[in-house]
Amino acid sequence: MANKSQQVTVIVGGGHAAGALLAALLQGRYPHEVVLVGEEPHPPYQRPPLSKHYLAGEVEQESLYLKPRSLYDNAGYQLRLGVRVEQIDRDSKTVKLSDHSMIRYDHLVLATGSQVRRLTSPGAELKGIYYLHDIADADALREALVPGKRLVIVGGGFVGLEVAASAVKKGVSVTVLEAAERLMQRVTGPEMSAFFCARHRDAGVEVRLDTGVTGFETGDHGRVAGVRLANGDTVPADIVLVSIGVIPDTALAEAAGLACDGGILVDEFTRTDDPAILAIGDCTRHRNLFFEDRLRLESVANAVDQARTAAAILMGEDKPYDSVPWFWSNQYDIRLQMVGLSQGHDQRVMRGSPADKGFAVFYLRDGRVIAVDAVNLPIAFMVGKQLVQRRQAVSPDVLSDPHTDLKSLL
Amino acid sequence: MAKITFIEHNNIEHVAEFEAGTTLMQLAVTNAVPGIDGDCGGECACGTCHMIVDQQWFDKTGEIADDEEQMLSMTPERAGTSRLGCQVKITEAMDGMRVYLPEFQM
Ligand SMILES: Cc1cc2nc3c(=O)[nH]c(=O)nc-3n(C[C@H](O)[C@H](O)[C@H](O)COP(=O)(O)OP(=O)(O)OC[C@H]3O[C@@H](n4cnc5c(N)ncnc54)[C@H](O)[C@@H]3O)c2cc1C
Ligand code: FES
Repeated sequence: MANKSQQVTVIVGGGHAAGALLAALLQGRYPHEVVLVGEEPHPPYQRPPLSKHYLAGEVEQESLYLKPRSLYDNAGYQLRLGVRVEQIDRDSKTVKLSDHSMIRYDHLVLATGSQVRRLTSPGAELKGIYYLHDIADADALREALVPGKRLVIVGGGFVGLEVAASAVKKGVSVTVLEAAERLMQRVTGPEMSAFFCARHRDAGVEVRLDTGVTGFETGDHGRVAGVRLANGDTVPADIVLVSIGVIPDTALAEAAGLACDGGILVDEFTRTDDPAILAIGDCTRHRNLFFEDRLRLESVANAVDQARTAAAILMGEDKPYDSVPWFWSNQYDIRLQMVGLSQGHDQRVMRGSPADKGFAVFYLRDGRVIAVDAVNLPIAFMVGKQLVQRRQAVSPDVLSDPHTDLKSLL
Repeated sequence: MAKITFIEHNNIEHVAEFEAGTTLMQLAVTNAVPGIDGDCGGECACGTCHMIVDQQWFDKTGEIADDEEQMLSMTPERAGTSRLGCQVKITEAMDGMRVYLPEFQM
């Protein structure tokens, strides 16, 4: 692109949110200078396959990339990869990089994402203990997952369970340890938790609920040999995956004095309290018009929707971010699609049952649908998205009656 | 090189060269065809890869599975030859195919 004006937009972080922002700027033919600074050596890529098809060895690394690098180059957008932004100086509007260079910005977009939560219990530094957040982690874990090895997964959330499904398929012996009384407790209702627990056990995964971890046993050569439990037991292990959630990466923003509270605080336009700085994706806690509360979400949908909102702001258009949150997960032949947030529901309604090819749970509050979890039943997810968006009141009998056409509710 | 043409709702055409084996969604995304987001990366979970295949070429795109049909049934601009791009594997027989893009995705 010729004739660029002197305006410079700097994007900090090169994950899914940053990639979606670049894509939206490309699509809108954003004419200004854009520089993305990303710590990882890769152009922006998708993380979801890291615990699914990529871990299983079914797709190549290149297919994770959101766009081929040449597209950014052709548009004149600069990708500075393998470099960190170390500091933001808001007065001079410059960022300082780990290679000691400086870049001046007119607009700064923080897309620093999240970092995995780490265990600090005794033995947590042993070899053979893995985390899963980026391509390098997935490559290392994939190599370690050799048939016959014993993998113990600490944490029964999405990432842990997806890895369990991928690993058991490879012939690895898998145990999942979950501290809560059911799987995925933070994000789904008891029916879904029970369904997933049963499917994992059917597949040969040992699932232990109400099971806290206190530390790790040391084996030969500084390798982990087992996981120590709160009840005094030890579970033998060759490989351990710790997947106990993520923490928003707000260090840079906090050091620069931006308002943060469990995430960089942004409004529905992705604006921070500095007019020159936007923030998007996992690192933010945003004002959500839909939920009337500040929310922090860890999902692709949130990353791309906020990225599109930020792109609109950069291109001079104010389009608030007001999408209903949604999420998906794949485990075995199960496709789970979730929409809305089920916290605070006062009623759950099942449509179909786990014995059927597909089923769904509708979460209601005051008679209105606030969330839907659908298993192999995309229509419930799609209709649910509309019901949640409209806060529509629906009679539970209608939702559970297999003879009602869900589409007729709209 | 074999080619597929994507036509935006405002009639702007994008010609994409392909190698068999990818999907229509991937081809559109890697060629920066506007209006195809592919947010879920091809998991048939988001519905942001809706395309309308030229009538003449439709039978080359294969069967529509039940889950894809459920997703399509709720897309705003559903047509008789609608597909989710991520569910269509590109084959050599698609050289010259024309694919129309809706104005809005999910
Ligand atoms: C294994 C796995 C499976 C997942 N599965 C799903 C799924 O099925 N569905 C779903 O919706 N979501 C899923 N997610 C969540 C989803 O991937 C995240 O919500 C999404 O990646 C968030 O995008 P982001 O750009 O905000 O952050 P990230 O993707 O975390 O990217 C942030 C990037 O910024 C870089 N960075 C940070 N600080 C700096 C700095 N100072 N300088 C330079 N670079 C910096 C980091 O190195 C990182 O590359 C999954 C996540 C993981 C890890
Ligand atoms: S890319 Fe998500 S449904 Fe096709």
